[in-house]
Amino acid sequence: MILRLSIPARQALAKLTLPVLVAASFGLMLLGKADALLAERLRVAAADGLAPIYAALSEPLHRVRSAIDDLHALVDVREENAKLRDENEKLRRWQSIALALDAENQKLKANLHWIPEPAPSYVTARVVADAGGVYARAVLLAVGPGHGIQKGEIALDEHGLVGRVTDVGARTVRVLLITDLNSRIPITLENSRARAIMLGTNGPRPRLAFWPEGSPPVEGERVVTSAEANAFPPDLPIGTVHYNASKVAEVEPLADLDRLEIVRLFDYGLHDAVTQPDQGVAHTVDRRH
Amino acid sequence: MDQIGKVPAIHPRPTIGRRLDATARAAFPAGCTVVLMLLTLTPFGFADQAQLLPAIALTSVWFWSLYRPLQMPPFVVFAIGLLLDLLGYLPLGVGVLTLLAAHAVAVRLRRALINRSFMVVWLVFVVVAAGGAALMWALTCALYLRVLAPAPAVFQAVLTIALYPAIAILFVRAHRTVADPARA
Repeated sequence: MILRLSIPARQALAKLTLPVLVAASFGLMLLGKADALLAERLRVAAADGLAPIYAALSEPLHRVRSAIDDLHALVDVREENAKLRDENEKLRRWQSIALALDAENQKLKANLHWIPEPAPSYVTARVVADAGGVYARAVLLAVGPGHGIQKGEIALDEHGLVGRVTDVGARTVRVLLITDLNSRIPITLENSRARAIMLGTNGPRPRLAFWPEGSPPVEGERVVTSAEANAFPPDLPIGTVHYNASKVAEVEPLADLDRLEIVRLFDYGLHDAVTQPDQGVAHTVDRRH
Repeated sequence: MDQIGKVPAIHPRPTIGRRLDATARAAFPAGCTVVLMLLTLTPFGFADQAQLLPAIALTSVWFWSLYRPLQMPPFVVFAIGLLLDLLGYLPLGVGVLTLLAAHAVAVRLRRALINRSFMVVWLVFVVVAAGGAALMWALTCALYLRVLAPAPAVFQAVLTIALYPAIAILFVRAHRTVADPARA
């Protein structure tokens, strides 16, 4: 409109825009591939900008959802009560056993001059958005400015392991879930104490692989983290072994990964362990700062 | 706004209010696309909610490229595609190229489709949505250097096709009222 071009010239220019932009999109792919940090920084900036909106929206939405859950719960409150009373009784028996074992454990540790592990510090954050897209499994947490969270911190919900922090922005933190295609977690099978690797598949249940010969995972066995590779502290609960219809050993996660609301981020001082890129790009750029 | 100068007719004086009105109408297609895309990211907590974002972006770009190509020019499509890549955690460029391809198809088929019934346009869109999902999947695989499970792509295509009538009803209404530059 500003340039007074002749009509044929303008038409020729209009015809050129699309091919030029298609070429530019290929250029963008190359750029994204060459500089993975750039895309990551742009995404973190976008997420940071939108986080206040999500955070404002997520609270009333959570309330609506819990109101609906309450309504559902009201319907079968009698059965639930009976079940809970039953469970309570069982748990009380377990509690006495746990207390006795704890006392014994303390006594034995005192005798052995056991060096106590430092208690990890943690922060609690609300999940405000899905941050995975179509081909990844991740969530976005809203954290206040000046949060001090670092890459590699470990996310747990009230039941078990959720994932690891992979991107840190000014107001948001991205957590890659254990179900993501790029998630590889060293685990211990609790009964046999055998080590194995848990591989994310983007599906709801990660697969198990590389267990030692002679100690295959047993159906229903508990799976906990292993301290191997120093990426995780030992013995965080992950889930239970389950063989699917095609006889593949999978892990049924304890954490409610589809409906995460509140997540705790633990700082075990293992930040250096995260060097793997979260987008599955097979490059060797060291992303530590 | 371009039509104002060309059509030999009596035009009201272009006051500030009228110009604002015309600009708002011209910006409506791109604006509502971006707002809808941001809305899909609201944490409703549905399973597979992430699939909504590419579905909405593709539907919106297709519809406006077909019915209001002047208000959905290629560089606006490019910007929407970039937003899709950033918000949808796709490798950079994947959403951009897919949306530009859909835009090119819409502009090419415009003359043939513009006066056809809704069903015909929807049937053509079935092919476009399937092609778009396949292109996104193939490009993502190529850029990740691994073969991803095709199930999410299939689901994305189905969701996009299924969402089209609902979104088209809204857009057709907007197309005749708030997005119509002739009414400014």
